[in-house]
Amino acid sequence: MEVREVAKVYPGGVHALDRVSLRVEPGEFVGIVGPSGSGKSTLLHIMGTLERATGGTVLLSGHDVGDLPDRRLSAVRGRLLGFVFQQCYLTAGLTAVENVCTGLMYAGVAASRRRSLALAALDRVGLAARIGHRPHEMSGGERQRVAIARALVHEPALILADEPTGALDGANGAGVLALLRRLNEEGTTIAVITHDREIAAELPRRVEVRDGRIVSDVRQPAGSTA
Amino acid sequence: MTPLPRTVRLSPWDLGRLGLLGIRTRPGRVGLSAFGIAIGIATMIAVTAIPASGQRALMDQLSALGTNLLQASPQETPQGAVPFPPESVDMVARIGPVSIASAVANTHTKISRSDRNGEQDFAGIAVLATRLNLPEALHLRLRAGRFLNQATAALPTVVLGADAAIQLGFDHLTADPPPQVFIGGRWFTVIGILEPIPLAPDIDSTALVGWPAAESQLGFDGQPTVIYTRAAEAQIDAVREVMARTINPAAPGSVTVSRPSDALAAKRATESTLSTLFLGLAAVALLVGGIGVANTMVVAVLERRHEIGLRRALGASRGQVRIQFVIESVVMAFAGGGAGLLLGVAATIGYARYQHWPVVIPLASAGIGLGAAVVIGAVAGLYPAVRAARLSPTEALAG
Repeated sequence: MEVREVAKVYPGGVHALDRVSLRVEPGEFVGIVGPSGSGKSTLLHIMGTLERATGGTVLLSGHDVGDLPDRRLSAVRGRLLGFVFQQCYLTAGLTAVENVCTGLMYAGVAASRRRSLALAALDRVGLAARIGHRPHEMSGGERQRVAIARALVHEPALILADEPTGALDGANGAGVLALLRRLNEEGTTIAVITHDREIAAELPRRVEVRDGRIVSDVRQPAGSTA
Repeated sequence: MTPLPRTVRLSPWDLGRLGLLGIRTRPGRVGLSAFGIAIGIATMIAVTAIPASGQRALMDQLSALGTNLLQASPQETPQGAVPFPPESVDMVARIGPVSIASAVANTHTKISRSDRNGEQDFAGIAVLATRLNLPEALHLRLRAGRFLNQATAALPTVVLGADAAIQLGFDHLTADPPPQVFIGGRWFTVIGILEPIPLAPDIDSTALVGWPAAESQLGFDGQPTVIYTRAAEAQIDAVREVMARTINPAAPGSVTVSRPSDALAAKRATESTLSTLFLGLAAVALLVGGIGVANTMVVAVLERRHEIGLRRALGASRGQVRIQFVIESVVMAFAGGGAGLLLGVAATIGYARYQHWPVVIPLASAGIGLGAAVVIGAVAGLYPAVRAARLSPTEALAG
């Protein structure tokens, strides 16, 4: 995953990103930090092809995805990327396992295989006991874990998490973060946005964004993290 | 360099489940908006099925009554009607294909309940002399008693039409003493009451006496007023042509020949023009129902921006979002259409039972009804679906 010199100018002349380049290697756990309005969310959305850049190139596994038609781009999102948002956006009325299955449908997984994959993903996030629960029957932390299971169920090349702990209290937030770290140790590539410097400080790689530019990119040596 | 993933095509099963999702999670609102469609389709079904059932009842009735009956009567002219010659009935009976010829004749006498009543109290009831084969010609059925026979035709006895009996206050016959009515200054014994006669409703409000009795007791001139004929079905037009000349060779133009079954059918035809109006109302109901579905879908798209954004993030293409909402709208309208179909069929069955008609549901209108519901659903859902698909994922998630 790589972005080269990407820029984003919103209608009205607001420069959200100014020629930013960033490369995420397989197996990395990158934290993107910065104050509100710094452009970090825009960067994540462009990396996740949710938004198109107005300049520069977005490369996924070496392919320029900037000019792909909507259908191809949607397939890229469905197969190669996983998203976790601040709100978990579970579909009300569907059980945990059904919510996770939704992700597999758009990834083109045959209906007969979805349930077992979803059960395995829920097991990985520690919710094996909650598979039949509907969103309103679960705590905020559990809901976010379901969302994480949905993001990783199709084994994406990269999980993009936009403030995944933002809507959670301290204990639940720490739990979600520990889960993401464990998934990273199991091999998943993750990029997470946070404005919490304490969280960011614990991550192996920290990218700081301010005013649409990357102001620092620090890799901590392996082993120095907690 | 690994190739980029190919595009994903959703299976019909997945599309069906997607379309049902919004309906499963919001059944109340979906029910209300589908209700409009249901009313429209129900109206449409009822409006086409009820006349069809009536038509079938008419056809059944006509085939039971027979469509081979001809009725001849003197034409009313400014100079007055030219009466039929007394021998005309026998002349008609001699026409080849004619199987039966019967007649009634107005005796121009008054009937009343007793000799103390004013005669004008029952002025609506005509007293007719009748040939004895009238029951076969008109397929008469008796509610009570017997018809006239060779013996009673010469005696002061009378058979009452259904309406005449009600006006005179006889709904049943007592054997002892037998009921009496006062006709032309004499007492006549009521020996029978007829059921209503669909092919000759005029007879319902008359009192029938024997031809000889009318001549001997009421001063009747023997000139028939109406001749009823049945002939072989295939020859009916030929018989109709020669009837007037046979009845009154001197003045064939003064004879009117009609086919009562045609008149019955024509009466029903005018009733069915009313149903065109109802069909228009059904179309309006469908239109309003369609607007209701469209409105529900517009609101659903506004409310479900986050869901749309999430689906886009999970890999749904614009087309897949669009089809999801169109299917949802079609399913909603189809459910309404199905409910309307059941409602319309139920209403038709209820009405047909009440009218003692057979139930006929025209398959075409049921099919058109459901088809229309699906088309309305697709049209109503298209605009909201296009709007949903046009949202960029981040717009939808932020909204």
